[in-house]
Amino acid sequence: MALYRDEGVVLRTMRLGEADRIITLATPEHGKVRAVAKGVRKTKSRIGARLEPLSHVTMLCWNGRELDVVTQVEVLSSFRPLREELDRMVPAMTMLEIVDQVAVERHPMPELFMMLVGALKTLATSSSPLVLAGFCWRLLTIEGVAPIVECCARCGGPDPLVAFDGSEGGFLCRSCRRGQAVSPETVELVRRIVGGDLGGVLSEGPHGVDDDVEHLAVSAVERHLDRRLRTTRHLLDAAPSASPSG
Amino acid sequence: MAKEDATRLAQAIVEVKERTVLCSVCFNIGIAERCAICADDRRDGSILCVVEDPRDIVAVERTREFKGRYHVLGGALSPIEGVGPEQLRVRELLGRLEPEGVTEVILCTNPNLEGEATAMYLARLLKPLGVRTTRIASGLPVGGDLEYADELTLGRALEGRREVDA
Repeated sequence: MALYRDEGVVLRTMRLGEADRIITLATPEHGKVRAVAKGVRKTKSRIGARLEPLSHVTMLCWNGRELDVVTQVEVLSSFRPLREELDRMVPAMTMLEIVDQVAVERHPMPELFMMLVGALKTLATSSSPLVLAGFCWRLLTIEGVAPIVECCARCGGPDPLVAFDGSEGGFLCRSCRRGQAVSPETVELVRRIVGGDLGGVLSEGPHGVDDDVEHLAVSAVERHLDRRLRTTRHLLDAAPSASPSG
Repeated sequence: MAKEDATRLAQAIVEVKERTVLCSVCFNIGIAERCAICADDRRDGSILCVVEDPRDIVAVERTREFKGRYHVLGGALSPIEGVGPEQLRVRELLGRLEPEGVTEVILCTNPNLEGEATAMYLARLLKPLGVRTTRIASGLPVGGDLEYADELTLGRALEGRREVDA
């Protein structure tokens, strides 16, 4: 069928020609979609604002040979809180970058899509680093590489688990330890998140190890993708200072 | 195309390439070390308009509403494309504030995600320095019909409404 309708979350956009853009979207039924949106860079475009990264939309597209063409767009949610606060925007962009990496064109991915929309909604109400962490752990589960958190990933031994190693696929006990050292609090928090209690964890407020859990989750995803993510919180840490004048 | 037209076009391109340089102060395109705007003493040096691209200066200048000076960042934050603060002329912007006596910085980046991220990032850097930091308004294009406006733009236009002077 030449014309199709689907939901989508805009992952990224790229300038094309004078006033067009190539929009990359994550959709439940058509997987990753790359489509041309014509004239959207002009201020009078009706759909330009609707096709910004992070927008959750329903759209009507023509099937093209290489690129589809977006003809109609309606916004379901623009996730405004994520656009107006840098501390929420960066983890949201990290999620988009991860989905862009794992999604396959024309390959339906309803579970991944629902998870992305859910995570963005959660992030719109909570700026906790654990939202991104929860997204990453859940994504690894969907990808079939869920972390081993209940016992040592190497020998199967019980607690205490003292390290995390992505190549082993989870936490390690004292005698097998390698990779990154972790605190008992981190182990417990990751267990609860992987076990599906993200809502409960978020309702408790900061735990003191939230940043560590996020870092661990992002590292695990980077290992799975076999590449470093470009969009991380640390990107904005290095604030440049004024150069000497003259 | 006639041969002489092609030659003139080729010469014009070569001339542009040979004569234009980036302004050492604001990074606008000019034909001298300081561009025409930076060299103009009548411009108000206390207000700095930060734009992504030299083309944006042309757009703002067309309004004839702005009499201050500019700073060209050379892009917008786009981590996914590998553009972080280090790739933009942020350090140079901060270096201009004190020597030039800048009291207000207008963040005139594009009203898209990258432009908004850049504006928020710069505001975070500039506000602690005691510089008034403002963002250009978003709203409806003059001459357009309200019914054709998209909901995001119209929402922002409503949010940024102002009192009408009677």
